[in-house]
Amino acid sequence: MCREIETSVIVETVKQLCIKATHELSPDMEKALNTAAEKETGTLAKEILGQLQENLRIAKEERIPICQDTGMVVLFVEVGQDVHVVGGSLTDAINEGVRQGYVDGYLRKSVVADPLLRENTKDNTPAIIHYDIVPGDQVHITFTAKGFGSENMSRIYMLKPADGEEGVLDKIIETVKLAGPNACPPLVVGVGLGGDFELAAKMAKHALTLPVDAKSEKPHIRKLEEEAFRRINALQIGPAGLSGDTTAFGLHIETYPTHIAGMPLAVNICCHVNRHESVCI
Amino acid sequence: MRKEITFPLTKEEAKMLRAGDMCYASGTLYTARDAAHKRMYESMEKGEDLPISLENTVLYYLGPSPAKPGQVIGSAGPTTSSRMDKYTPRLLAAGVTGVIGKGKRSSAVRESLEKEGAVYFAAIGGAGALLSKCIKEAEVVAYEDLGTEAIRKLRVEKLPVVIIMKK
Repeated sequence: MCREIETSVIVETVKQLCIKATHELSPDMEKALNTAAEKETGTLAKEILGQLQENLRIAKEERIPICQDTGMVVLFVEVGQDVHVVGGSLTDAINEGVRQGYVDGYLRKSVVADPLLRENTKDNTPAIIHYDIVPGDQVHITFTAKGFGSENMSRIYMLKPADGEEGVLDKIIETVKLAGPNACPPLVVGVGLGGDFELAAKMAKHALTLPVDAKSEKPHIRKLEEEAFRRINALQIGPAGLSGDTTAFGLHIETYPTHIAGMPLAVNICCHVNRHESVCI
Repeated sequence: MRKEITFPLTKEEAKMLRAGDMCYASGTLYTARDAAHKRMYESMEKGEDLPISLENTVLYYLGPSPAKPGQVIGSAGPTTSSRMDKYTPRLLAAGVTGVIGKGKRSSAVRESLEKEGAVYFAAIGGAGALLSKCIKEAEVVAYEDLGTEAIRKLRVEKLPVVIIMKK
């Protein structure tokens, strides 16, 4: 049995995701900010968190994007194997949705067509799309609009198996330390551990799309997440990098089986404007 | 301690400022980020005139989102300063007295700030909606083809900035 999905539905869905995510943070992110603002003990840090709360309020009510860097669109698209897309190419439909969202939504166009020639595409396309084929007859889209102040501070390491948990923790902390004020803390940290070179990076990006307070189901990974999170906040980089208790709102580690010779680790940094939305079509 | 400061910023006024001061800035300044810096730098290398005067000028590392109908400007927070490091000493030597951005600077920029008596201000990264409310006028004055990276003349009222480093 095949279910048909019109590309026009994809276009409209992606367009609305672009506009919503750049003007309103998901409830988990807003809650993380509110909780941190309450708990923060640094005077200046508390004031900055208050300004970030005010920023979110203005963005939502006055329809001004939360941040001027409205990001490059990265999507995780799970296509049910019983879905038949009609009316054209799925990828073209997604990019058309991005184009309409960024042009009609007055969002910043931050994509250049060539990394060296650097001519702006003027509509924020193309998006970066990670497809997966899954059972079922639905299309599940996880949307992010990734800012590059934080993307630039992300890192990948090909660790040795002997580096163990301490090695993983060291490199996560090193990445956050190097990111410092550049990446617009309070951060959300996405970690991909295992797989190979590119899967580690992809998992790290996907980890940023999880609810910010989510925890790994694997006890040893959950313990590692908690320890990394504790050490990050002990750095006292603080909101806007001007010191304080709140350096990160959350950290997630995704894992995958890997080779006997290796332990790839990717650390993807996101700023406090961690825009993630999911829809099922 | 809170200070009210005015842009353009003279070197005499810059001398009165201290690292760690939280300031509210009002007056006129210009936006310039990666592409505008590159273009100004290349013009200077060739000995060409620049489209704006740099004397006592404050530059804001900003590429705003587009203004919606009825708005002065879109979201308008700072971008990462370190990408401008390559160009900053030359611009400071040519008269720029202040720069507004976020994040770390190179040692060459730090030395140059000290030598020229200029100031590096930080604005809150990711607070573009809030900061946009301080911008009362915005006009593209150069490099219009660069889109969001064009040079804009801004009039601001009480823009919150923190002094990170200076002489």
